[in-house]
Amino acid sequence: MSDFLPTGIQLTYLVAASLFILGLKQLGSPATARQGNVVAAVGMLLAIVATMLDQHVLNYEMILVGLVIGSLIGIVAAYKVQMTDMPQMVGLLNGLGGAASALVAVAEFWRLLGNGEAIPLDANISMLLDVLIGGVTFTGSFIAFAKLQGIMSGSPITFPLQQPFNLSLLAAFIAGSAYLIINPHSLPVFLGIVAVSLVLGVMFVIPIGGGDMPVVISLLNSFSGLAAAAAGFVVMNNMLIIAGALVGASGIILTEIMCKAMNRSLFSVLFSAFGTVAASG
Amino acid sequence: MTEALIAALFVFVLASFTGFEVINKVPPTLHTPLMSGSNAISGIAVLGAIVASGARETNLSVILGLIAVILAMVNVVGGFLVTDRMLQMFKKKEIKA
Repeated sequence: MSDFLPTGIQLTYLVAASLFILGLKQLGSPATARQGNVVAAVGMLLAIVATMLDQHVLNYEMILVGLVIGSLIGIVAAYKVQMTDMPQMVGLLNGLGGAASALVAVAEFWRLLGNGEAIPLDANISMLLDVLIGGVTFTGSFIAFAKLQGIMSGSPITFPLQQPFNLSLLAAFIAGSAYLIINPHSLPVFLGIVAVSLVLGVMFVIPIGGGDMPVVISLLNSFSGLAAAAAGFVVMNNMLIIAGALVGASGIILTEIMCKAMNRSLFSVLFSAFGTVAASG
Repeated sequence: MTEALIAALFVFVLASFTGFEVINKVPPTLHTPLMSGSNAISGIAVLGAIVASGARETNLSVILGLIAVILAMVNVVGGFLVTDRMLQMFKKKEIKA
């Protein structure tokens, strides 16, 4: 009897994962797109309800409050936004998803730190990946939003020594990660890694022109899927891993299709600003 | 633990291949709705947030988890509704044409 609930949760996850796959498939064809969206939403509802039944979840009153607050904000935002502002709206929502994934890793790190428990190597690596991808998705999506919304200039922003600066950020992330893998219980280094990831997201998007933002948002959407999958490895939850991998992979394909429709390569979209700098200088 | 990790890696790789295969020729008008719909699915991070904030252990992790629950839920609900609004618009256009 004690196995009944965990088994039920896993089977519900299996149904939800199938609904996500069906929904994505149907979203790709005009005749079934609207139905596909509903199918995916039902999958999400099942996945959330099943997770709330998990016996490790003791704090469910508070979580319910959180779910309701988030839903209300989502409803208001979805109906207030103008149809012409849809791409930046998707960017904004995507950023929130990335932030949520990164926060899961930070929360988990804090919990393990407080327990004084040994942090296993695989959990450690998953947390670092989650923070990196989630952090980049978070700030990158907000920059994409700002560019499309006209809060920020849509033209590419470049400055001298930009690429060396970016490379040194990446090096700082790798060095910090290596340090954390040897000494997992270092809060300052962990916070440093969070900060570096957030700056990397900004640096990734500012050199890209406003017209290419939809492609960037699609790529960041793929990232947010990977961040969710990394969060799945952190808390060892198959549903997160499946849905995250689905979005990560389908997002990459969609990004490529969007580039092809514009007759450009993904590489030229991401790095054309550096090309023009090199050509003019 | 290692066995669980390997099983999880299998799940990840197979789901990735499914993701690659599920998207083929998408007409350009559906690019943004498809992106928006899969963005809503990536709000699945809410599950991780629920698990992270579920334990009554340390206060800060619960608070961070709860913030994550709210953010991910905005992504999920907003994402699906926004996608539906976009797709609704296409339908009206088709009827007019």
